[in-house]
Amino acid sequence: MGINWFRYASPASFYPLAGKTIPWFVASAVLLAIGGLYWGFFETPNVLSDQKQYYRIIFVHVPAAWMSMWLYVVMAGWSLVGLVFNTRLSFMVAAATAPTGAIFTFLALWTGAFWGKTSWGTWWDWDPRMTSELILLFLYIGYMALQSAIDDVRRADRASAVLAMVGLFTIPLIYYSVNCPDPNQCASLHQRSSMKSIESNILWAMLTMTLAFWLYSFAVILKRVRNIILEREKYTEWVNELPEIRSQQVRS
Amino acid sequence: MNRMWRLFRIIVLRDLLLAFRRRTEILMSLFFFVIVVSLFPLGIGVEQQILFHIAPGVVWVAALLSSMLVLERLFAADYADGTLEQMLLTSQPLSIVVMAKVCAHWLLTGLPLVLISPLVALQYRLGEGQVLPMMWSLLLGTPALSMIGAIGAALTLGLRGGGVLLSLLILPLYIPVLVYGAGAIAAAATNAPQQAYYMLLGALTVLSMALGPWATSAALKFSLE
Repeated sequence: MGINWFRYASPASFYPLAGKTIPWFVASAVLLAIGGLYWGFFETPNVLSDQKQYYRIIFVHVPAAWMSMWLYVVMAGWSLVGLVFNTRLSFMVAAATAPTGAIFTFLALWTGAFWGKTSWGTWWDWDPRMTSELILLFLYIGYMALQSAIDDVRRADRASAVLAMVGLFTIPLIYYSVNCPDPNQCASLHQRSSMKSIESNILWAMLTMTLAFWLYSFAVILKRVRNIILEREKYTEWVNELPEIRSQQVRS
Repeated sequence: MNRMWRLFRIIVLRDLLLAFRRRTEILMSLFFFVIVVSLFPLGIGVEQQILFHIAPGVVWVAALLSSMLVLERLFAADYADGTLEQMLLTSQPLSIVVMAKVCAHWLLTGLPLVLISPLVALQYRLGEGQVLPMMWSLLLGTPALSMIGAIGAALTLGLRGGGVLLSLLILPLYIPVLVYGAGAIAAAATNAPQQAYYMLLGALTVLSMALGPWATSAALKFSLE
């Protein structure tokens, strides 16, 4: 007996599933974020002097940067699935991922600017990793602009899917942008850091925050997919028979 | 193979012929390049040291903008009169059509920039040693601009406000070409080795030529559905 992989590819069966799982994602994201931030801010050993406590923004900065890249891969991945299997829901998930990805990219840049201002005295430096993260933000914005510029939903989905896949080249660019062959030519604020050299408490607090951000992304993306489904399928029978839609229709 | 080549040649020659019948369009982007490049010294000041430093970046930014200026019309005219739909019906792969149109676009917008760039070197009082690197970097980099631009042109085909949207989509993708292109000219100023920049520019062009036609023809099919 094979598994029916496409069962939840139908908006009608995905909609209630997403509705059921969202509260769990929200609750675990909030709990993990509280735990991770408490651990990071108060329980990690003081490895740096008291003046350098600003480094603790790392518990937001690094997880946000990781999520910004990962969500782009997710978005391009669902775009590819949509183009290959011709499933409407995949495009909806891709479209719902873009705003969250853009927010995380902005958050990574913004917290990075605060960090840079306190430690190096500059809001912005044209460090390769910052620049490539900025390109990523532009790509997210371009994706959303193209999506909203095309009225025909089918064409909008496909066109922005192609764009998402073309822009995928930035992800390895960001990832490898710390490997500077000659430090005199590209002075980099982001030093090469290997997982092993980080203090284990800091690393685990960071990973907890990443998981919290990830679960948050699940929650908001599923919520956004549900809204997109309602908007695009509003003429179908099953949407009009949903209790939440019915109660609104009665009221109005 | 022979047929593909014939189709390629026919479309290139046709696009060139159409462009030569309306010469202003070619000259427009060329003069746009010259004017943009000439504006910077007027705004920033004519100190030789400053001009020397900004020249690589100015040349490349002007090249990006002038290449993008006519991109919107890459498929638009054929789309408007229905030729593009006929081209889609050809028995040959659509990538060949795309390659031919990109090739014609480069011959009309990229190549003239390469040829006129020594003039810019005179304006910015660059040394003789920088003229050839400037031409080389433009020669290697501008085909990538045309190819990447074609993807955007196909995606925004026939949209309202397509021109602005096109620049929003395409300019971030141009950044690697800009960085290495300007890098080669800047490296030549200090007599630093430029080989790495040329290799990277060549790699970007080859990579865009390999993947670009595929993405462009997919985008064209979605736009014409």
